[in-house]
Amino acid sequence: MTAFVGQVYAVLAKDLLVEWRSRDLVIAMIVFAFLALVTFNFALDLRPDMVSAVGRGVLWVVVVFAGTIGLGRSFAAERDQGTLEGLLIAPLDRSALFFAKVLGNLLFMALVELVAVAAFVALFNVAIDPLPLAATLALGTLGLAATGTLFAGIASNTRAREVMLPVLLFPIIVPILIGVVQASQPAFGEGAAREAPWLVLLATFDVVYLAAGAVAFEYVLEE
Amino acid sequence: MPVEVRVDVAAPAIRAVGISRRYAGVLALRGIDLTLQFGERLALTGPNAAGKTTLIRVLATALRPTAGSLSIGGIDALRHPAQARRLIGVVGHQPYLYGELTARENLRFYARIYGVAAAELRISQVLDEVGLEGRADEPVRNLSRGLQQRASLARAILHEPRLLLLDEPETGLDEAAQITLGQLVADWARRGRSIVLASHRLEWAQGLTDRALVLDHGAIGGYDPLQRSDSILPPLRPGLDLLEGREPER
Repeated sequence: MTAFVGQVYAVLAKDLLVEWRSRDLVIAMIVFAFLALVTFNFALDLRPDMVSAVGRGVLWVVVVFAGTIGLGRSFAAERDQGTLEGLLIAPLDRSALFFAKVLGNLLFMALVELVAVAAFVALFNVAIDPLPLAATLALGTLGLAATGTLFAGIASNTRAREVMLPVLLFPIIVPILIGVVQASQPAFGEGAAREAPWLVLLATFDVVYLAAGAVAFEYVLEE
Repeated sequence: MPVEVRVDVAAPAIRAVGISRRYAGVLALRGIDLTLQFGERLALTGPNAAGKTTLIRVLATALRPTAGSLSIGGIDALRHPAQARRLIGVVGHQPYLYGELTARENLRFYARIYGVAAAELRISQVLDEVGLEGRADEPVRNLSRGLQQRASLARAILHEPRLLLLDEPETGLDEAAQITLGQLVADWARRGRSIVLASHRLEWAQGLTDRALVLDHGAIGGYDPLQRSDSILPPLRPGLDLLEGREPER
């Protein structure tokens, strides 16, 4: 168990250090999220009474799209640089690699969400209750990171990996997307106390996707 | 946490029986049989697309063969690949290093993955061994191809593997570095490590190894072109497509 945690830590620390040095990924994700929000703001031109109803969907669509950029690079960068094989010939537990990549993606997406939520509040002039939103963001992002990491691993074996990830991922995360949009209602001042079943559903999806990813990852990266 | 793997010293370093590998309908390896004892050095030669790199990748457990069995140091590498990987060091076409990190940081990362004891001391030792101590704290992407290859050699021997698989390790190395590599290979073999050296530079490989195996179209095309009489490798046999049970396509 200690060796497993050590391997998760080693890969996670390496990914964070590589990203800190290059700053390629998170900045691209943040810029994309901001530009998407600006575009939605101009395109939808929402009346104040519609913002809370439509805004939830806008925020999550932006989070999913920006997240997909980061998810796609988590294995594509390893494969492009030739380091993925270095990991595969090492005695690295495949599920440790999976959990490390999930945690890394989770952290990168959390950073993007911090900026995206602030930009969303400013652009759409909407009041948000931060606590319910934080709970929904945490569960939704974990599910997205788990499924996204699994499918990014699958897509990394394909030639058109950047295109394949959204094609594979988006149909699978529909339940998460429905769940987070519904669970976000109280954060936008609607349907207080109605989010609990949706949060339970999201937590269930998270557990299922994390378990499936940990088990399947052994075979996902095999050529 | 340091991890130890018990090696069956009586077992050969490599015992591969009937290894075949198919890529998208093409048979890249055809029923390869290979036995290598600890301390032996084998050159793997052959023309381009002969299957040298595929065989190295199968032996390194990066690729799973479509047929055949493989044991490394007595460990069934297909059933227990993680244990077998602790015995293997690989230098491939890619250095398997992160360009944003320094050579030392890369080695620190791999030391954690392999569970190397007294990692900092060992890292200094291998950097010194490959002659990279002076450039160890520069990002790998700033190093020349030859220096990256030295860093890759340091990564491959970091966990003191019993079996070294070198796939054209001379690529990018200048004359002096090739001489250093030759000394390292000889030194590693003296310490009981087995070495498989894939190269299409037969003369260069000849100077570094005890025996040679020639691959041709994924099958063993001949043994011992160095014309040595002490080969313990099995006799030449035609490659068989074990999946299909028929003679290989040419």
